[in-house]
Amino acid sequence: MGKNIAKGCIDMKITGAQAIVKALEHENVDTIFGYPGATICPFYDALIDSQIRHILTRHEQGAAHAANGYARASGRVGVCVVTSGPGATNTITGIATAYMDSIPMVVITGQVSSDLIGRDVFQEADITGATAPFVKHSYLVKSAKDLPRIVKEAFYIASTGRPGPVLIDIPVDIQNCEIKFEYKDNVDIRGYKPNLKGHSLQIKRVADAIMKAKRPVICAGGGMLRSDATEEFLELVEKCNIPVTPTLMGIGVLPSDHELNLGMLGSHGVYAANYAINNADLVIILGARVGDRAMSKPNQVAKKAKIVHIDIDPAEIGKNIEVSIPVVGDLKQILKELNTFVNKSEANEWVEELKRKKKEHSVKINPKGTSDYVNPKYLLSILAEMVDKDTIVTTEVGQNQIWAANNFVARRPGSFITSGGMGTMGYGLPAAIGAKTACPDSKVICISGDGSFQMSMQELGTMKQNKIGVKVLIFNNYRLGMVRELQKVRHCSRYTQVFLDENPDFVGIFKAYGFEGQTITNNKDIKKALKKMLEDDKPYLLECIVDPEESTL
Amino acid sequence: MGKHTLSVLVENQPGVLSRVAGLFSRRGFNIDSLAVGVTEDPEVSRITIVVDGDEYVVEQVSKQLNKLIDVIKIKQLESFDSVSRELALIKVNADTATRSEIIQVVGIFRANIVDVSKNTLTIEISGGTDKVAALEDMLKQYGIKEIVRTGTIAIERGNKYIKAKNNDKE
Repeated sequence: MGKNIAKGCIDMKITGAQAIVKALEHENVDTIFGYPGATICPFYDALIDSQIRHILTRHEQGAAHAANGYARASGRVGVCVVTSGPGATNTITGIATAYMDSIPMVVITGQVSSDLIGRDVFQEADITGATAPFVKHSYLVKSAKDLPRIVKEAFYIASTGRPGPVLIDIPVDIQNCEIKFEYKDNVDIRGYKPNLKGHSLQIKRVADAIMKAKRPVICAGGGMLRSDATEEFLELVEKCNIPVTPTLMGIGVLPSDHELNLGMLGSHGVYAANYAINNADLVIILGARVGDRAMSKPNQVAKKAKIVHIDIDPAEIGKNIEVSIPVVGDLKQILKELNTFVNKSEANEWVEELKRKKKEHSVKINPKGTSDYVNPKYLLSILAEMVDKDTIVTTEVGQNQIWAANNFVARRPGSFITSGGMGTMGYGLPAAIGAKTACPDSKVICISGDGSFQMSMQELGTMKQNKIGVKVLIFNNYRLGMVRELQKVRHCSRYTQVFLDENPDFVGIFKAYGFEGQTITNNKDIKKALKKMLEDDKPYLLECIVDPEESTL
Repeated sequence: MGKHTLSVLVENQPGVLSRVAGLFSRRGFNIDSLAVGVTEDPEVSRITIVVDGDEYVVEQVSKQLNKLIDVIKIKQLESFDSVSRELALIKVNADTATRSEIIQVVGIFRANIVDVSKNTLTIEISGGTDKVAALEDMLKQYGIKEIVRTGTIAIERGNKYIKAKNNDKE
């Protein structure tokens, strides 16, 4: 930048790379996650002169997941920057993960020089083509003067409407071009005008349905968190006395220990929640897409109950379930309006019935039951008692994820971060790094399994270099536990390729990075071990040896 | 099931067509035909898509297309209220014995002969899918060497028109 200031003050021209950095600063980006390479070098050069913090991950996929975790913990757009070719293709799983969970993210990829595109030169990959199915939008920048507009649009598209990842592919020559930098305040895209305000008449119909219902239930999804509608939601739920079941993505929208929270629904959910959905006369779906793991037979639910579906994305309405009252718009605004029309519902009896069901079917954990293993469900319930409400939990995918979903107590939105739609193993650790970067004062705990952990364990280096104090809990059963369970139930216990008996010494790996850790094998050591783990803000591993026969539910 | 015609106004930019086409394969929708060309506004292209499916499919196609940032507007055209055409070029065997007979058939269909050689005739026909199919059927007996056809394009009848300018997506 120095050389350009020296010669460029008169016409105020800057390079494309500087323009990108400046645009990021205009978008108030304070942290980006990335990994440099040849075609993104001009950007990295310009970044030296910026206040923006760059966190070097150990794999581009880690950078994408970290940006995702950052976005979910902060409520802002996560940013990740990588080079062309393999750098770009390594982010694909991260982009798809963000897309499935509607997480606002901007991914900037370097690209080979414009005049070489299409010639299969070194580290060339058609990344806009490759990511087309799982980006909300993407740009291949053709002219440097478009850069400020494109960055502006990318942040706008990523964060508004139904959020999602937006990719900007920038050829290296474009980064070196000189342009006059102008940053507009507003965005006008004629093909993109998200509808925020719900139809008032429809909202009144929803209110009517709630007032008439005897057995209402709310299914709340990740859209509730994206819309920041928690306050309005709590008012609605408590005023009308409606029981709630969150989807995996909706965990945290209502504290897990709230008396109207039945627990998660679906194939890996709890009895009371599924009982409620299957016996309700009114199912109100808020910011959820009725995925197969949440409702396997949605149209059977729709036969028994009136279905209300409120979502920002019109394409979700009627996609997986037949809806009686659809409302399209932003949940926060819609719930605010809805709250003015409703009073206490007539659901008292139903609520009491569900509370009884919840109590009857709660998992009974006998902490003294096994002496050679740690009971993960018991540990998570103890952990929930020991941490404050600011604590953020991320999970990997598999049994650890469902144990956490059903046994940890998420007390506020954004405190439970998991890969819901995609179910991406290796997500939890980099996501925890992103979350801890966004919320340095919160304790961030990555709940992991021995399988998932090994998919992203190189990111311990990122934690070390950037002093990111993520706590890691590994439930080690020396198995791919959930697949093993599937083979047990569906394939007559013909176990194959689920054995991880040659796992490394995980504590030893932590020690190699200069971190502390310990292994426990017994329930009676849980409290002491958790206390030790939580006592400071440094990275720490608590490895818990778990019975391979321990069931998911 | 049935055929539905969608008119889709999109930004006239590279990559848009592949986004639209990719969406069909990804979501498992079946395209019967797709035709694209620039409109009276050089920044806007119009894609005419004929979809095979029930109401659910057509609704999903429209909604998913609407989510693409480059899609400006979508309208479903009803067959009774619109004119639709496709164009085909058909190269058929024609020797001195059959040539005049073929020319008669072409005349009946109000098609044009655009190329002639000692043993072939090339015929240009435009019309609805049925008309093109009917001519094809008539020409089969002479031996069709080659057919090339465009996708269907369609426009509304009367005073109605689809413009990019008024922003609301339908």
